[in-house]
Amino acid sequence: MQNTGTLIVKTSVILIFALLLFAPFLFQDVRSLEVAARICIFIVLVASFDLLIGYTGIVSFAHTMFFGFGAYGAAILLKTMGPGWTPVILGALAGVGVSLVFAIAIGLLSLRVKAIFFAMITLAAASVVLVLASQLSQITGGEDGIIYKAPDLFKPATKLLTDADGKVVRLWGVRLNGKLAAYYFVFFCALALFLVMLRFVGSPFGTVLKAIRENEARAEAIGYRVVAYRTAVFCLSATIASLAGTVYAVWLKYTGPDTALSFAIMIDILLMVVIGGMGTMWGAVIGAVLMILAQYYLRDLMGAASEAMTGIPLLPELLAPDRWLFWLGIIFILLVYFFPKGIAGTAMAWGEKA
Amino acid sequence: MPSPSLVTKDLTIRFGGHVAVNNVSCAFHPGELTVIVGPNGAGKTTYFNLISGQLTASSGSVLKDGTDITRMSPSARAHHGLGRAFQLTNLFPQLTVLENIRLAVQARSGDGWRMFRPVARMRALTQKAEHYLEATRLSGVAHQTAANLPHGDQRKLEVALLMAMEPDIYMFDEPTAGMSLDHAPDVLDLIAKIKADPTKTVLLVEHKMDVVRALADRIIVLHNGELLADGDPAEVMSSRIVRDVYLGTATEGAA
Repeated sequence: MQNTGTLIVKTSVILIFALLLFAPFLFQDVRSLEVAARICIFIVLVASFDLLIGYTGIVSFAHTMFFGFGAYGAAILLKTMGPGWTPVILGALAGVGVSLVFAIAIGLLSLRVKAIFFAMITLAAASVVLVLASQLSQITGGEDGIIYKAPDLFKPATKLLTDADGKVVRLWGVRLNGKLAAYYFVFFCALALFLVMLRFVGSPFGTVLKAIRENEARAEAIGYRVVAYRTAVFCLSATIASLAGTVYAVWLKYTGPDTALSFAIMIDILLMVVIGGMGTMWGAVIGAVLMILAQYYLRDLMGAASEAMTGIPLLPELLAPDRWLFWLGIIFILLVYFFPKGIAGTAMAWGEKA
Repeated sequence: MPSPSLVTKDLTIRFGGHVAVNNVSCAFHPGELTVIVGPNGAGKTTYFNLISGQLTASSGSVLKDGTDITRMSPSARAHHGLGRAFQLTNLFPQLTVLENIRLAVQARSGDGWRMFRPVARMRALTQKAEHYLEATRLSGVAHQTAANLPHGDQRKLEVALLMAMEPDIYMFDEPTAGMSLDHAPDVLDLIAKIKADPTKTVLLVEHKMDVVRALADRIIVLHNGELLADGDPAEVMSSRIVRDVYLGTATEGAA
């Protein structure tokens, strides 16, 4: 059953997908590509968080912790073993392994208890890991993080295609070099992970998750072991976040607390999930795109607006680029007020009532 | 008489100093519909909770076909063939009627752990769910969310959910509570159909005496957590004890 709202949401998501697919050709500057890659990663991160909070009704504050495990896994091995695919793969596996150990331990110990207690446990675990990452500076680089090289394929100097003179081929003005390969690595990894999650939520397993969110006691009464399902989805979500972390680490060639572990990222994820709409994968896409675009471009936009208003009293002051966080806050409040179920959630509900 | 499908032996639960269910021993047989009556606070729902696993007994045991299920989780008991409907409507409110039923079908078939197959393509599940929708005359509202159904349909969905679990033992807790007179017969017809199957055991908590008369093969009376009377409906209904209980003159331990 499709309604207009759902159609609009799905069309927007397909449009976003197309824009991201052709991003290197459409937006030919370094910063835009940076933004596009970040969007790809955060779509996966937010969607995997939504598996917990939106689909199953589990509140966790440890999502960046799992993201960090994946990122640090790849970073540490790329630093010690040098650039190559082996450290990336081993790093990904190590990140997933550590994530699973933490997820199973936290899950079995505390998924039986009340939601608020579980949330506190995840908060505690995430804090401990953050402190460890900044204290164990010999391994993690501490506050400074780790700088390393990505596999050779992704070096900007790598030529994917060369012409007769040995120069790198340009396609629509874009050099087919390692940077492009790195972007498509990020894009296709994110796409694959996102599609896997889409399969999850449409499967019988996904319907059980929704049942647990809706009525845990009844789900148990009709024969679903709620604790087992909760632990399973917590592990799945942790695994996907960890893999996203590895991919991001390969892209950035730098991993530190600010890019992979900080609570600022956790808050970003929460905001994206709320803005986009909980309980729908499409919401994760829309939330991540809007939030990241705002974070990167609201300042520029306000700078331009402020300049355009020179001469008018007060307005240029209000729109000064330094006040971008203030405006982001106002936009967020308005969004929550007018789209109580998030943008995707509210839009998809429009058609149903009509 | 066939061997009992469900037995409670000295079943007891205490909440602090209060004994809500006290040494209740009773056997239930396939093909039999037992109505459990008693005044409010007699321990009927608590007794149900002990059998279906929402509460765990302080002492005594519950046996299903001879297997001790006293300490099992509700989900494990469901897999042993116990199906329980609830007094207050207890559905998955934001899911559609079809999705509600499909969840029960899928719990029974054991497909809940399949993560990659789109549920929409698992025709067998949907067909089975549709079968139960038809049986409960809910096909017309299959795609409405459960929360948007009128109360009577929600009660029917409650029964449909139980039927889709295909249990051996059906436990109904005041299935017609809050239903209008013209809707109640729908639900009672469904229960009568289940009762007609000689392999099914039905337990029913009910207050309405006309319902009790129409359906009961046997009546047990709970009072202050104790089993006060057990027997043929006509006999129990006319006994002094029962009249005293409902008139409020019975004292503890009157049995």
